[in-house]
Amino acid sequence: MADVSILPARSGGSRRLVRLGALLGLLVLCVLLSLGFGARLTGWADLRAALTGQVETMGQAAVASRVPRTALAALAGASLGMAGAVMQGLTRNPLADPGILGVNAGAALAVVVGLATFGLDTSGAYVRTAIFGAAVAAAGVYTIASLGAGGATPLKLALGGAALTAALTSLTTAVILPRGDISGLVQSWLVGGVGGATWGRIAPVLPFLGFGAIFSLLSARKLNLLALGDDTAASLGESVWQARILAAAGAVTLCGATTAACGPIGFVGLVVPHLCRLLLGVDYRAILPGSALAGAVLLLLADIAGRLVARPAELDVGIVTAFVGAPVFIWIVRRKRVTAL
Amino acid sequence: MTGVALSLERLHAGYGEGLVLDGLDLSLPRGRITAIVGANACGKSTLLRAMSRLLPPKAGRVLLDGADIHAVAPRRLARRLGFLPQSPVAPEGITVLDLVSRGRHPHQGLFGRWRVADERAVAEALRLTGTGDLAERPVEDLSGGQRQRVWIAMALAQQTDILLLDEPTTFLDINHQVEVLDLLTDLNRARGTTIVMVLHDLNLAARYAALLVAMADGRIHASGRPETVLTEPMLRAVFGLSARVVADPVTGKPMMIPIGRHGARSCDAEGAMEVDS
Repeated sequence: MADVSILPARSGGSRRLVRLGALLGLLVLCVLLSLGFGARLTGWADLRAALTGQVETMGQAAVASRVPRTALAALAGASLGMAGAVMQGLTRNPLADPGILGVNAGAALAVVVGLATFGLDTSGAYVRTAIFGAAVAAAGVYTIASLGAGGATPLKLALGGAALTAALTSLTTAVILPRGDISGLVQSWLVGGVGGATWGRIAPVLPFLGFGAIFSLLSARKLNLLALGDDTAASLGESVWQARILAAAGAVTLCGATTAACGPIGFVGLVVPHLCRLLLGVDYRAILPGSALAGAVLLLLADIAGRLVARPAELDVGIVTAFVGAPVFIWIVRRKRVTAL
Repeated sequence: MTGVALSLERLHAGYGEGLVLDGLDLSLPRGRITAIVGANACGKSTLLRAMSRLLPPKAGRVLLDGADIHAVAPRRLARRLGFLPQSPVAPEGITVLDLVSRGRHPHQGLFGRWRVADERAVAEALRLTGTGDLAERPVEDLSGGQRQRVWIAMALAQQTDILLLDEPTTFLDINHQVEVLDLLTDLNRARGTTIVMVLHDLNLAARYAALLVAMADGRIHASGRPETVLTEPMLRAVFGLSARVVADPVTGKPMMIPIGRHGARSCDAEGAMEVDS
């Protein structure tokens, strides 16, 4: 029996908890900011009154109307952040993101086709169609990238995803253009936004977000092993394909449901996991919850910024995240180790 | 310490349509070090992958204690049999301690609660490989030799009685090659771990292995003690190489010296070699 005392204390665990706690605190702050800021600035008194259920002044009404929007932004950000972390772990690809790999674009196309041809009307059908589209796109991009020598390398995945996104997006446009009846309906949705959110729009996606989050969190330890390469993971007793399918199911459900609720929002899933790795280390049991928190923070901030820069009009959150995400994408590509995670 | 650790029965295996291994029969002794040698693309690595279940056989079986390894639950197998690939990948920023701890995966329950036994196994793996001082360092900052010791530590934390290694000394300087092979010998002696490895260097293979397996074209050309396998006819048949085999002056094991097209002259000095041995 070896003497355990030669091991350094595992201080990383408590440090990670502190940082996760700090992210949670930041999230609460962002929620408050999101409720308070808008075309109309609300005072602290109105904010507190509205949150306790009073809707008497204009300010209180404004806060009350921002509650579902804030909830949707937080949920969507958390889902996309976690989905991005799962995808990066699953593909061992630092460039993986629901937007870049075309998964969100697949969900969007499925919804638009469903609207145009099958006359989707219930929100539930909406969500299931989006998840189906996300799954098909995910399988498609992985197959395209796996063709040829070397398997699904990071660069091939990113290129395949970019090509697929372009194709799916123009198909989506082609479906909408001749249909005046639905184009107005989906135009703003396609940019990716949380404005005009209602509880009626949020409720049907909640169970799917729940399942997606559970699948993703269950795959955390498997992702830790996949990070060591397929061979090492398998020789440590993990079934690599089972791990991939569980993780992919989680990520695709999260992306599909999120896209159904607020359109294809890119770059959150790209930026957030990298930030979390810097903060929390390499363990996906910390990265996944951390990415959910940080994703919610990022999307809330993006939404608040979108409301402030164009006052009294608003910038859709999908546009803001693209502005934030594109430079980060370039930074990741320019770093030395783009080939593997 | 006696008996058979792993045995292959009429094993056929390969990738896609092709067949790399063509009906192999082989028994690997328990508690010994076996080295597999052969020219590039002769099926050495494929054999190791088939033995560690990474590659399903097209026909035939791999038996561990008489049971087909494909009939054993993956986690249970992973508690018996460890495998270290040729160039394993570590995620950027992972520390030595974290990496070695991941070797405990097959011993952990569904929720991965970390137990005292896990901590002990990791501590022992670090101690045996002399990597305790590196525990908090990121793996990517280490030298090639240190990194290989860390990977071996991860495989040790797995606490298997059989350890398969695919070219554990490739890309290492000669001093680190010897260091790694010495370490594996220590493990074999201290714990009775059965070690099976693919090695490129024939002289090191003959020196460290109790059993030498020479492969050619997906078949076993010869297997047995190094003295009976590392011979001049074998080198000609398996590698197409003219060489002399003499006794290694340090251990008395066979040692091969390639002749090459320009080597005839130095062969005249053979008398001196024999005096040395």
